[in-house]
Amino acid sequence: MHAYKITEADGEVRSMLQIEELGVEVGGKRILKNVNMEIPEGETHILFGPNGSGKTSLMMTLMGFSGYNVTHGKITFKGEDITYMPIHERARLGIGVSFQRPPTINGLKTRSIVEISAGSRSVDVEELAKQLNFSDFLDRDVNHNFSGGEIKRSELLQLMAQQPDLVLLDEPESGVDLESIVLIGDTINLLLHRGIKHPEKKPHKDINRTKSALVITHTGHILDYITADKGQVLYNGVLCCSRNAREILKWIREYGYKECVRCTQ
Amino acid sequence: MYTIDDAKDVNLESYKVDAENHAYIDNLSQIKPTDANQLLDVGVDTDENDRVGSFIQKDKSVIHCKTMQDGIEVMSISQAQEKHGWLSDYLWKNISPDTDKFTSQAKKKPHEGYFIRSLPGVKTKHPVQSCLYIAEEGFSQNVHNVVIAEEGSELHIITGCATAPHLVSGLHVGVSEFYVKKGAKLIFTMIHDWGEKINVRPRTVTQVEEGGLIVSNYISLKPVGSLQMFPTTYLNGKSAVARFNSVLVAGKGDFLDVGSRIELNAPDTRAEIISRSIVSGGSIIARGDLVGRVSDIKAHLECKGLILKDGLIHAIPELRAYVPGVEMSHEAAVGKIDQQEIEYLMSRGIDEDEAISTIVRGFLNVDIEGLPPGFKNKLDKIISETQKDII
Repeated sequence: MHAYKITEADGEVRSMLQIEELGVEVGGKRILKNVNMEIPEGETHILFGPNGSGKTSLMMTLMGFSGYNVTHGKITFKGEDITYMPIHERARLGIGVSFQRPPTINGLKTRSIVEISAGSRSVDVEELAKQLNFSDFLDRDVNHNFSGGEIKRSELLQLMAQQPDLVLLDEPESGVDLESIVLIGDTINLLLHRGIKHPEKKPHKDINRTKSALVITHTGHILDYITADKGQVLYNGVLCCSRNAREILKWIREYGYKECVRCTQ
Repeated sequence: MYTIDDAKDVNLESYKVDAENHAYIDNLSQIKPTDANQLLDVGVDTDENDRVGSFIQKDKSVIHCKTMQDGIEVMSISQAQEKHGWLSDYLWKNISPDTDKFTSQAKKKPHEGYFIRSLPGVKTKHPVQSCLYIAEEGFSQNVHNVVIAEEGSELHIITGCATAPHLVSGLHVGVSEFYVKKGAKLIFTMIHDWGEKINVRPRTVTQVEEGGLIVSNYISLKPVGSLQMFPTTYLNGKSAVARFNSVLVAGKGDFLDVGSRIELNAPDTRAEIISRSIVSGGSIIARGDLVGRVSDIKAHLECKGLILKDGLIHAIPELRAYVPGVEMSHEAAVGKIDQQEIEYLMSRGIDEDEAISTIVRGFLNVDIEGLPPGFKNKLDKIISETQKDII
């Protein structure tokens, strides 16, 4: 176990992810400006924002991808400074990503990448694939000619094998048909230990949830399928709003993201 | 490093055409351990469990030869000439001895070679295995092989070529004539494991009749001085099909000029050439030539290369069409490993080196059809070892 940062005196709420004054440049251009964010253990946060606002850049920076240069600030995960940690070490520490447009890897079977994701955990790949209605894709090359919905299922299958403590989901609902979105929502809830139907042993409120998530969404449709503790809005590289996710969604639906301009002025 | 000119100019005079005789071995398990390792590396199963026949030639001597399935013939070419008077109708019919100095050498100074035939309607339960092996220093091994898949038969051959580890110089000349009769199927997989200074000049021509199928897989992952081959296949009968896959690796100093030519001479014929090349300090010329002589044919060529260390990948895909109504295409790409792919895999928890290895393994992993599971595992292992060496 890693030493978690205790954020409250009674020690009950622990920080999963803490972002402090983060500035990021991509290709010499400032993309993120002074971003501060905290996701406590067990919480799911929604990150709203129009196209080009920097949502994906934030996620790529959290995972440590090349080309996303941290110019200032600090990222702490489970109490450890990961600002300059290599990608694979972040993954091993417990961060998992569902990408919006992952690359195709020719010749590598989906089954193999699921096994890679599982690491040293013993995982029943066939059973997991069955749950995601993805069995027929295990012997296909990773992401090769996958549709939008197939990519999402492939990404979630890898995350199910990886079992990360912090899940970063980039637009989990985009390009997904209505039938699949229910399955995708259910899987995300499973990953985050949410939405357990009628738990037998103890009431819902007593279930100790430890998995956290940051869910990027442009449209907010995913909120019809998953629950969230908080919402944030990223606009033009600045986090400009932080409150109830559904309330934010309501505003965005009513006024559009132009309302954010007022907030950032 | 060899250049294209050097590779063309193998001096036949600098090789001897005679070698020591080697004793015949009844049981392959009695083969010398040093030889056995070389054989195993090119896919020979010394237990012969999942094989229906074996042909092993060391230098000029056939040291082991047998068949274990009725209707499948495996013998040396000289034996076959004695047994089948009609074999003269097949020898030097696909290819003329005057083609080049190598074919001429094979005609003048022949050292056996194999004859493998499936009788009409017979299907091999397991592959026939063959191995041509050079152990004599400075020897030019000149073999002549004939393969006949008779009407409606299915013949599966795994053939490996190798040299003794100590060998400094050697030349392999292999003339091969393949005949795929009406409705027959030939799956031919060849693995090469030559040495750093060995020159290799296979000359292969295949004729395919109506409804026939040839699948040819060629794998060369280990060092080779120079290899030059451009096997030609004629699809002469209606609906004949040819599929050629090759997987090539050129390390420092290796020179490979490898391609396939397929002529589509009858309606409804189809051809596909797929090649994967990795250059890590050596040179690969990856050729492909598809020739459409009648309408209603389909042909596709795919040539992909990865260049890991300075060297040369020269992709030469060619399409030639003589009549309207042909459907022919090609796709050639040479590049480096995509950083996005590396980082994607790293985000699943493996480090950069493992990620690169995984991608290279995938790149080399052309879906080679018809391989027995044991052999497929072996091939995966060889690919795995190779990618460690080249990175």
